[in-house]
Parts: sequence; structure tokens; C-alpha cells
Amino acid sequence: MSDLLVLPVVIPLATMVATLLAWRAIRLQRILHLIGAAGLAVASIVVAVSVWNGGIMHLQVGSWSSPFGITLVADVLSAAMLVVVGLTGAAVGVYAVGSIDGERERFGFYPLYHALLMGVSGAFLAGDLFNLYVWFEVMLISSFVLLVLGNETEQVRGASTYVIINLVSSLCFLAAIGLLYGLTGSLNLADLASRLPGVGEPALVTTIAMLFLIAFGIKAAVFPLFFWLPASYHTPPVAVSAIFAGLLTKVGVYALIRVFTLLFTQDIGYTHTMLLGIAMLTMITGVLGAAAQFEFRKVLSFHIVSQIGYMVLGLALFTPLALLGAVFYIIHHIIVKTNLFLVSGLAHRFGDTFELKSLGGLYRSKPWLAILFAIPALSLAGLPPLSGFWAKFVIIRAGLETEAYVAVAVALVVGLLTLYSMTKIWNEAFWKPLVSADRTSEADSERAVNEGLLPAPSLAWTVTPVVVLALITLGIGLYAEPLAIVADRAADELLLPEAYVEAVLGSGVAENQSLP
Amino acid sequence: MIRSLILQIATRLLVPILLLFSIFMLLRGHNLPGGGFVGGLVAASAFVLYSLAVGVDGARRVLRLAPRTLLGTGLACSVGAGILSLATGASFLQSLWVKVPLPGLSDPLKLGSTLIFDIGVMFVVVGTVLLMVFSVEDRVPGLIDD
Repeated sequence: MSDLLVLPVVIPLATMVATLLAWRAIRLQRILHLIGAAGLAVASIVVAVSVWNGGIMHLQVGSWSSPFGITLVADVLSAAMLVVVGLTGAAVGVYAVGSIDGERERFGFYPLYHALLMGVSGAFLAGDLFNLYVWFEVMLISSFVLLVLGNETEQVRGASTYVIINLVSSLCFLAAIGLLYGLTGSLNLADLASRLPGVGEPALVTTIAMLFLIAFGIKAAVFPLFFWLPASYHTPPVAVSAIFAGLLTKVGVYALIRVFTLLFTQDIGYTHTMLLGIAMLTMITGVLGAAAQFEFRKVLSFHIVSQIGYMVLGLALFTPLALLGAVFYIIHHIIVKTNLFLVSGLAHRFGDTFELKSLGGLYRSKPWLAILFAIPALSLAGLPPLSGFWAKFVIIRAGLETEAYVAVAVALVVGLLTLYSMTKIWNEAFWKPLVSADRTSEADSERAVNEGLLPAPSLAWTVTPVVVLALITLGIGLYAEPLAIVADRAADELLLPEAYVEAVLGSGVAENQSLP
Repeated sequence: MIRSLILQIATRLLVPILLLFSIFMLLRGHNLPGGGFVGGLVAASAFVLYSLAVGVDGARRVLRLAPRTLLGTGLACSVGAGILSLATGASFLQSLWVKVPLPGLSDPLKLGSTLIFDIGVMFVVVGTVLLMVFSVEDRVPGLIDD
């Protein structure tokens, strides 16, 4: 039963191998890629269902017993994240088939895409810190290559910032792991959770916690470590920036939530107050940065930063309701943000630019696209009845309950400014008449098809995932209860780490005794 | 390619020895220092030496398979070893052992699925190293010329 847990890692790995072996047969690669992406989505749902019914699942890879072997664990949070990875992975996968150019396909886009998905799924399943590090690296290295694939000047410029800052983050992560291992002699998360309270070196533990905060903070793009994100996310093809925007920073947030609920809860007064300050500053800087931008994807990139602030705020408040809000927020955000990037790709397709100043008239020429933009955009800003409203509502309510009035005020103002940014995109790209009417967008996309830049049936391939993600957003908004129940249970598990420890070590000890 | 008679003659002698040694390292690795990674590096160094002595094209001909195919095959072997364990009901990547009695030897030969995994690692290492080295030698013709 627990063998299911390898599937979210093995399916992308197998897909990667298959697409790698079919290097020259691009058509075959596309088919394998779609099968693999669909397989991952199905597998993640199967894992989630069995976690929901049977409680926390854990697997010792190769039957080496915990806390020594490689541990894969899925609690409700991990399982929910896996499902979102599966869904966005499939949606962006379909979009990629219709939008990635032939050159990138020939140079291994599909194997890299699945390597990225494998790293992300692995990170959500990792049950010990060193494995988490390894999955982070798998994810980062494939993202490095995806970012520069195509070798355009702009891409390389963005990527060098991205690579350097992420290597610094990995270094901090590794240093923290080393210190923690020296202090406790273990890296298994469950084992650490049971050992750390008895270590009795509060200063050193807090130092390690801060190192983790820096390492994961860089990945999650919190203030003041976020600048690599807006510098790089607008450079690669839309499918790549959409999957980055949806998943990568959220792995950082997930890691923050994991270590600051499971391991570093001895000195909440210090660590979580710090998180609160970081959350507020992240929200403000992100949204102000977005207000100043006039490039479609740069606006969206800065908004990732500001939205990360809400998730960290949920973690910082550290009440059941706040954590529920954080989990709800992450899931809502992955879907909405991925979708917004995909919509930016469609706008680019019809307007031939990402510059908001030169876009225009899309409401008149493509009213359906305007609706597809409005749903995730208003959801991001938090307007009822869309998913973002509930996410913000829960977090603000949690803030009021813990009397963190400053944070609540910041969250509300940032919500308003988010609406301003989304209105700006709406006004510029959709509402205002097209400035330079000489460019006929239809002809442009036809030319692109003729030149082999886009595969012919690309419109259906690119619109379908956007519609599906928009429907999911609407669904969460109109019927938020199921997701709220899931997030509630995830939050309960996060606040009761004993169950996690027992699930991993308890059965591990039993396995130990059963062996000769 | 470096035009040197000494290197060319020495390479002919060294390449078989290096390849044999790489297999020795691979098999030894289960209980002693060695294994697929080290074996792979030694094997790759044999082909790199060959490419220096007679040129990249010659080395590609001798290798027969494209480095990328080697890389893919190696990954497939390693994943296959894991899935093999799953298929027999064991845990993913758990070692499976088969004992083959050999005539004339008292101890049976123990074959494990770990070996398939290690061979996969070796192929991945050879494929990766050669992919990089060959690409560099292709792109920069004057790099190690004369």
C-alpha cells in the first residue's frame, strides 16, 4: 500500500527516461510527455485518496528502516500539494505541447520538464532533510536548464542571477543541515522532531532555524531575498514561467511550513515574530514592485512575491485557523498564478508582445480571453466569490483572532493594491483600443505556424488548460468547503507533530523488531 | 586530437586495460570501494583518452552508441532495477538476490538487482561525461589541437 508513494517520483522519472531515449522522435516524445503528465496527475490523486482514508503514509525505500534509510512521507499537506502538482503539471504540459517551439523540443524540453516535476514531487514527499536537499537540487538544476534553453540574451541574463542566488541558498541549506546533524546526529524529520526538544542548546537551535529561514526564504522569494524572481521569470517561454511561477516558490513555502511546525517550535516568540515581520514586508514590497511594472509577466512575477507574504503570514500567526488559511492559500495560489501566466501567453499570441503599453483591444477582439483573464485575476485580488476571497478571508480572520491588527491592515491594503495591478493589466491589455492597428494578430500567428514556430493545432492545446484551471478556480470559489476541510485537517496535523513522528518512527521501530 | 605517435600507441594498450579495470571496479563496488560511479568514470576516461589520440569521430565510432542513448539506457536500467523489486512484491529499490551454484566452486554466485542498478549508474556516468567532453571537443576544434 505504502509503495504507492514512489509513484509520484517514479512516473516523472520513467517519463524522463522514455522521452530521453526518444530524442529524435519529437512526435513520440510529445505523446510520452502527455501520458507521463496524465499519469502523474492520476498517481497523485490516488496517493491523496489513500492518505485521506488511511492517515499519514510512509515508505522506507529499499526497506532500510527509519531513521537511517530514505523516508518518503505523505501527510494531508504533502498529498494535497502533490495533487496540485499533478494538476498544474498536466495543464501546463498540455499548454507546452501547443506552445513550445521546435528548437526547444529538439533540445530536450520534455525530459527536463519531467525532471522538474520529479524534483517538486520528491520535495513534497521527502521525510528527511538531506533528501529534501537532493530534491531541491534536482528541481533547481532542471529549472536552470529550462530557464536558459533557447539561449537568448535576456534569458541568460535572468538565469545568471537566478543560478547564483539559488546556489547561495543551497549553501545555507547545506550548512544548516551540517550543523543540525552535528547537534542531533540525525536528519530524519520525525527523528529530529523527537530529539530537538531535548537538545538544550536554544541559541544554536535558533541559529540553525535562521539558516533554514534564509535557505528556504530565498527559494520562496520572501523579503529581502526575492529579487532573483522578477529578474528571471519573464524571460523563458510562457509554459516554463507558468510552471515555475506555480510550483517552485511554493516548494520553498512548503519547506518553511514543514520545518517551522515540525522542528523549530521551541522559541516561537522569536522565530515566528520574525516570520510575521518578513511576511508583512514581503506583501508590501511585492505589490509595490508590481505597481511600477508595465510588462505582463513582470507584474505577475512581483505578485508572486506579494502573495508568498500571505502564506508566510499564515505560518507566522501559528494558530489552527491561520495554518488552514496558509494551506488553502498555497493551493489556490498555485492554480491561479499558473493560469495567469498561461493567459499572458495567450495575450502574447494575439498581441505579439508582453508590453502592456503596446497591447490593447483584446476585449473587443477576443472577449472569451478577457473572461479567462478576469477569473484568475479577480481571484488573485481576493474578490468574492472566487477562491482568493476565501483564502484571504481565512488568513485575515486568523489575524483578527490573534489581534495582529497591523498584519491585518497590511493584508487588506495589499489586497486592494493587487486589485489595482490587475485593473491595470485589464485596462491596458483588454480595455483600451489597440494603439498600433497596423499589426494584425491573426496574420502573425498564422505566420508563426507557417514558420514552424508553433505546431498547427496549438490554439486548442493552449486554451483548454486555461479553461480547466479557470473552472477549478471558480469551483473552489463557489464551493470552498471540501478544500477548507482538507486544509483544516492538514493544519491539525501540522500542529500535532506527534502523529507524524509516530507514523514514521513507530512503524519503523516495529519493522526493525520484525527483522532478524 | 593530439598528433603524437607515443600517445596513439600507448592508447591502444591503455584503453582495453582501462575498460577491464572499470568492470573490475564496478563488480568490486558492492562490498569494497568502487561501484558504478567510479567504474563509469574510469570507462569514460578510456574513451576520452581515445578521442584525444585519434579524434572525436574515431571515438564516436568505437563507442557505437550515442552518449545520449547510453545516458538514457543507464537511467532506464536503474529505474528498472527499482521497478523490478516492486514487481516482485518487495519495496521499491529493495535488493533482490539470486544464488547461482557454480561448478567447481563451493560458494554459489550471488547476483543481486543492485548490480543492475549499478550498471545503470555506470552507463549514466559514461554517457554524461562523454556527452560533455565530445560536445566541447566538437565545438572548440583548436582546444587540444597540436
